Amino acid sequence: MIHLDIQKRLQSAEGEMNLHIKCDIQQGQFITLYGESGVGKTSTLRMLAGLMQPDAGQIIVNNKSWFDQDKKINIKSQLRNIGFVFQDYALFPNMTVKENLHYATGKRDKSAIAQVIDIVELGELQDRKPDTLSGGQKQRVALARAVVQQPEILLLDEPLSALDLSKRLKLQDYLLKIHSEFKLTTLLISHDIAEIIKLSDQVFVLEKGQIKRSGSPEQIFINTEISGKFKFIGEVLQIQKEDIIYVITVLIQNNIVKVIGQESEIRDLHIGDKVMVASKAFNPLIYKIE
Amino acid sequence: MDWQPLILTFQLAFVVTVLLFFISLPLSYWLVNTKSRLKPIIETLVSMPLVLPPTVLGFYFLIAFSPGNAFGAWLNEALGLKLVFSFTGLVIASLIYSLPFMVHPLQSGLANLPRSLTEASSLMGKSSLSTLYNVLLPNMKASLLTGVVLAFAHTVGEFGVVLMIGGNIPGQTKVASIAIYDEVEAMNYAAAHMYSIILFVLTFCILLIVYLINGGYIKKIWT
Repeated sequence: MIHLDIQKRLQSAEGEMNLHIKCDIQQGQFITLYGESGVGKTSTLRMLAGLMQPDAGQIIVNNKSWFDQDKKINIKSQLRNIGFVFQDYALFPNMTVKENLHYATGKRDKSAIAQVIDIVELGELQDRKPDTLSGGQKQRVALARAVVQQPEILLLDEPLSALDLSKRLKLQDYLLKIHSEFKLTTLLISHDIAEIIKLSDQVFVLEKGQIKRSGSPEQIFINTEISGKFKFIGEVLQIQKEDIIYVITVLIQNNIVKVIGQESEIRDLHIGDKVMVASKAFNPLIYKIE
Repeated sequence: MDWQPLILTFQLAFVVTVLLFFISLPLSYWLVNTKSRLKPIIETLVSMPLVLPPTVLGFYFLIAFSPGNAFGAWLNEALGLKLVFSFTGLVIASLIYSLPFMVHPLQSGLANLPRSLTEASSLMGKSSLSTLYNVLLPNMKASLLTGVVLAFAHTVGEFGVVLMIGGNIPGQTKVASIAIYDEVEAMNYAAAHMYSIILFVLTFCILLIVYLINGGYIKKIWT
């Protein structure tokens, strides 16, 4: 279990901000930090990892104190055993994919390497240098490298944001597989609601340096009164009036879907809004396409 | 022709470059990572030899190390070190004189590497030394090469400091640049030409190789 109660004064674009994060995270959970940029998501991960020192508070992980301002405890990041996937991947350019993984495990148990390589399908890339890999491949290596050291906590700093949709979906699947295989307590930073719903057990919504809301993704993002059989999250692209009804064009992942709506339904709807499209009473047809 | 001054020159440059590398590496690592208020002062001191006339440096060395005063006498008696007009003295003077040529490339090489590399390595439980050796140094080969070659070439080319503190003792302190000066004074232009042309060609080749390698023209041997 992770107990986090940390404060840090940060300089943000809108002046000084007081970051104060207080939360408890259960062993093996997949947590997402959600919020606009500059609310302190990355700083929170960095403080948990020991790359940034909080001004006050404490961090307790599995009954061990990692940081305690009052007792002057601050465990070095080397000893925290954290797997961290950086936004810029941070792969070591002088080592091949395999060497990157071996360096990460060091003298520890290397048994996970083969399994992780298998899960994220790095087999053919093992002997390549990072410079020769595409963004998505680099990201897989970075993920694999963070997992093979069998960390107590896995921290993912917006690892999927730079990828296009199909790569992103694939990586989400890898993440799910890894999570179910290794049961690592995971903290993810993400802006993508569909991704969050797919991956996480719990969401912390950060605003101005504090956790404003927390709960399951459904509680946070989806109106629970609707008990649809099909639910998709998408983004409104266009709202058109046709006679007495409205046609709303919604982008769901990489499909464009047209939904019919009444005036009362589109009143608060704007282009760019995140929406949920749900349906109850219909009979879906299934065609094999591949 | 007497080859001794040339051999001595390259001996000096070699010793100085090796020592400088091991002095400059921790120094530049410290400069990149420190938050100390002393940093600008240390940086200034490191860079001073770039602008200060070498004779100034040589003059103060001469005064400091002279057995005629307290410090020089103490060095001589306690450690048996005679730094004026000796090879050891030349090495120490050259270390300081060539320091910026090694520190600056290493410092900028270290500073240009993304911070996340160091952070990733330390999160894997690696010590700073292990990170430096396994991650940082292999990814700044161009800077290492530049530092080593510039320090070497600069030591080969020094004159003022050597003249002041080393004098002109054959086999001890008479390096090539001094020998040239000596031969010209003696109107022995042929010998002066020989030393000069050798130094000219050698330094040209050394620097050319650096630019070829760092410019990616000889990529195969350096990847």
